[in-house]
Amino acid sequence: MADTEKLPLQPKKKGLTRRQKRSLSRGAQYAVFVAAVIAFAVTADWGRLQNQFAQADIAERMFPDVITLALKNTVLYTVTGFAVGLALGMVIALMRLSSVGPYRWLAGIYIEIFRGLPALLIFIFIGVAVPLAFPGTEIIGGTYGKVALALGLVAAAYMAETIRAGIQAVPKGQMEAARSLGFSPARAMVSIIIPQAFRIILPPLTNELVLLFKDSSLVLFLGVTLEERELSKYGRDLASQTANSTPILVAGLCYLLITVPLGFVVRRMEAKAQEAVK
Amino acid sequence: MTPSRPEIRVSGLHKSFGDNQVLRGIDLEIGQGEVVCVIGPSGSGKSTLLRCVNLLEEPTEGQVFVGGTELTDPDVDIDAVRRRIGMVFQQFNLFPHLTVTENLTLPQRRVLRRGKAEAAKTAAENLGRVGLAEKADAYPSSLSGGQQQRVAIARALAMGPEVMLFDEPTSALDPELVGDVLAVMRMLANEGMTMMVVTHEMTFAREVADRVVFMDGGVIVEDGAPEQVIGHPRHERTRHFLSRLLDPAMADVEEETSDQVGKPE
Repeated sequence: MADTEKLPLQPKKKGLTRRQKRSLSRGAQYAVFVAAVIAFAVTADWGRLQNQFAQADIAERMFPDVITLALKNTVLYTVTGFAVGLALGMVIALMRLSSVGPYRWLAGIYIEIFRGLPALLIFIFIGVAVPLAFPGTEIIGGTYGKVALALGLVAAAYMAETIRAGIQAVPKGQMEAARSLGFSPARAMVSIIIPQAFRIILPPLTNELVLLFKDSSLVLFLGVTLEERELSKYGRDLASQTANSTPILVAGLCYLLITVPLGFVVRRMEAKAQEAVK
Repeated sequence: MTPSRPEIRVSGLHKSFGDNQVLRGIDLEIGQGEVVCVIGPSGSGKSTLLRCVNLLEEPTEGQVFVGGTELTDPDVDIDAVRRRIGMVFQQFNLFPHLTVTENLTLPQRRVLRRGKAEAAKTAAENLGRVGLAEKADAYPSSLSGGQQQRVAIARALAMGPEVMLFDEPTSALDPELVGDVLAVMRMLANEGMTMMVVTHEMTFAREVADRVVFMDGGVIVEDGAPEQVIGHPRHERTRHFLSRLLDPAMADVEEETSDQVGKPE
């Protein structure tokens, strides 16, 4: 105690020390959590919940269609939408970096519009407004083409910004080295800059893929044939047929089947990129 | 070929960044096979001058000729001229997504349209010249700074340049790695390569250079044989710079002068 007397900056306080307060606070947090779990377990009508969400025979009836048809279509919509978005996004990103003013403005306007509108509105626009406005036209690929276009239009706005940031993150010296070796600006961009930009933006692009995967559920509003149904539409149809929510649960699990591993991959890539910087 | 034919000719060169006048009238000729070291304090414009020679910086005024072609002609095919001018950067600027060999072959194939086998052969030859044949399949990030810089030199050489420009090639290196890079540059000089080297390596300048150019404040202050410019400088500014460079521990605290030009490096 002789030491504490020499330390007037730490006057002896009455009551709890900081450490004691901390452990008390942590104890309280655990207590609230346990209480919440118990309250839920007691009040929930387990029989009813199981009846609504976990009917084994209904779930069984969904297979294999939920995978071979619904999940397959979801993946197909997502991948085609991603491909359209990537191609369009690349063009818009390069326009945004162009030395020609009107290209930059056009790209900027595109990005602002399609980032600012709900994806659902774009789907309705493609599905309803375009056929009405241009009666003769037919979007190639029917529903698949429409979905790829709608998802791609939305994704392109986000991907353009990501790609632009990736291109700008490549050190200036890379372009200088390429130019002094005799590369033209365009060839340097294609051979040297863009490959490096893609390594930088792989994690955010994969994130975009996850977002598209979920947005593909908006197909619901396009009016699709039985063969064109994806997870959400399929789950909802079956839920109303059987008057039971189990199909919704199964459809949800199918989404997670893809999004959780993808999210894991993204985190792995981000950690790796972090390491490479060091 | 007469040895006096200027391979590089710079006349009346001015360069400004906004209001900042970095080069204020440079006239310089470098003959074929000549090795010229450009020295001077940071912000003196020496790197900008070098970058103007292959038009990485656009001169504000004046002319630049390399091998008889005027680079400052607005209609010049700059990509074609640059193939004849090798450039080595302070930060190496290797392409990190390519292996060492690919760093050498990709420019040959894409720019010179060489075939696969020829490009690979040229790459292997030049990696051998800089002593890094065994690193052919490594990625740049796994190499030391000195090795990366030698690969960068090999990459420039693989294009078969007539002139080599070096922009402080050893400034980013750990002191013990400088020697390997200088040895490669010395070898090139002995082989008769026309070289323009911006450097702080006075020993290299003294022993390898045919001429040393001292720059300060955007102008050439002194230009002559190394033993004269470094050994017996005529101008006070040169003496002052050299004394601070050769014996930095003995420098006095000085008032900052307001007429320092150039962008901070």
